[in-house]
Amino acid sequence: MKILTTVRRVPDLDARFSLNGDKTEIDTEALDHKVNYFDEVAVEEAIRLKEKGVADEIVSVCIGSGNATKELRTALAMGADRAILVEADEKTLDPYLVAAILAKLVEKEQPDLIIMGKLGVDFENTQVPQLLAGMLGWPQATFAYSTEICDSKVTVGREVDGGTSTFRLPLPAIVTADLRLNEPRFPSLPGIMKAKRKPLDTMTIEDLGVALEPRVKTVRFEMPPEREAGVIVADVAELIQKLRDEVKAI
Amino acid sequence: MSNVLVIAEHEHGHLRKVNWSVLSFAKKAAAITGGEVIVALLGAGLGDAAKQVAQFDVAKVIVVDDSTLENYLTGEFASAVAGVAENADARIVCTVASLRGKDFMPRVAVKLEAGMISDVMDVMEEDDELLFKRPVWSGKLTEVLQATTDIICATVRHTEFDAMEPTGAGAEIEAGSPDIEGDGAEFVSFDAIISERPELSDANVIIAGGRGMKSREGFAQLEAFADLFGGAVGATRAAVDSGMCPNDWQIGQTGKVVAPDLYFAIAISGAIQHLAGMKGSKTIIAINKDPEAPIFQVADYGLVGDAFKILPELHAAVKAAKG
Repeated sequence: MKILTTVRRVPDLDARFSLNGDKTEIDTEALDHKVNYFDEVAVEEAIRLKEKGVADEIVSVCIGSGNATKELRTALAMGADRAILVEADEKTLDPYLVAAILAKLVEKEQPDLIIMGKLGVDFENTQVPQLLAGMLGWPQATFAYSTEICDSKVTVGREVDGGTSTFRLPLPAIVTADLRLNEPRFPSLPGIMKAKRKPLDTMTIEDLGVALEPRVKTVRFEMPPEREAGVIVADVAELIQKLRDEVKAI
Repeated sequence: MSNVLVIAEHEHGHLRKVNWSVLSFAKKAAAITGGEVIVALLGAGLGDAAKQVAQFDVAKVIVVDDSTLENYLTGEFASAVAGVAENADARIVCTVASLRGKDFMPRVAVKLEAGMISDVMDVMEEDDELLFKRPVWSGKLTEVLQATTDIICATVRHTEFDAMEPTGAGAEIEAGSPDIEGDGAEFVSFDAIISERPELSDANVIIAGGRGMKSREGFAQLEAFADLFGGAVGATRAAVDSGMCPNDWQIGQTGKVVAPDLYFAIAISGAIQHLAGMKGSKTIIAINKDPEAPIFQVADYGLVGDAFKILPELHAAVKAAKG
């Protein structure tokens, strides 16, 4: 069984950032980057399935700048077998185009299972896996906290509103990783050494034949309104007085 | 093509309050597109729910009552929604940005060849263009976007819109029967978390705790305090990860987004990821022993001190004040 995982390179969101002159782009050049956490969870899940003897090959894919080879090497060091970088300026892509690029790669790679992070922490669209499933006509199980493969089907425990739900999907299928699916491992030193020799192919969007026609465009970015600073009360008695007279909650 | 179609969220016919906020978004959007608000209910056994929705000021309620939709499955649900949308003259197809909404709406977008916008917090018109706002970068930035497509699919952040009130209007109820097609996935089970307390998204008062509550017993104190207000209990990711409380109590970037009338942040430092999930609350009260904690920058009222000393005193005082 072959598993495809996606790896996104995301900036450190706690760092200070700036916008370009017309506020249409976030300047991320100077920021530290790392693997999107939920994608690390996805890669880890694929590795565990391989360790269980269920999967035999793990391919990690990233769409992004040449710098993202670092994030792909992280996936390889964790245990992925090979990597593919689709070189693109991410700022020109919307979730639909990202899914369209991945759909072309899936045609070439023919994986049995795709495991992706449930969202990218920077834009949090939470769309690409579902869009990809729709384009491929494959079943999906989002927000997974457990996976089990048996008889060419994957049974997925899902975090849903008000509880949990279990779906069983025939393969090929798409699963998205939630926080509690697993605890991703740190790459070991031998893992890091081995990763340097593992294959990492590079291709372009043109190679895959995807036209750059997004369905959604960023018009600009704005600073959200800040909350006005409140007051510090001295003790419980003053807090109670505020709750009664100003908030009218008691 | 100018209508706004709202897919109402329900669990076996039980409608969630968050839908009424999505209706307010839909009204605002329809005023721009020049169309009407249509609500669709999809599932099985929906007679009472349809009557409830018809009490709101909407043009029409479309009910798809089909046994294949009894238990939610993404493929079946998305294909039914797309079928309804095709016959509803819809410019915008929207639903609440819940886990379910996020699960199926992109699939609808693929079927309708629509642009998809998640977590919409506002809609507006500028130079004849229909624009949407959504939070990005852990809520530190607002992205303004537009779709290049005729139809737009959206999930709506309910916390950004006031709930619409029913007018008793008695909107027309119409049966819909779209083609329903699955993708092979099977429903195995749904395990509801049973709680006497309101759901976080629906609660008027939320008492939230951080890792500083130290243990399950610490959280039990928050539960008892929440019950004085008929409120819900929430938590930070750190508290959830260290096993002090259940997963679905998590508020923040990777948990639930809430905006109650009153939010108590107790022993919560206020990491940006947590603030992203609660800073829309009407009144925020923070209790923390660290006067430099970022939570005090968003709190309306702050009290510096040890939560374990303050909480019993506060509990007793609120109890006395409420009689």
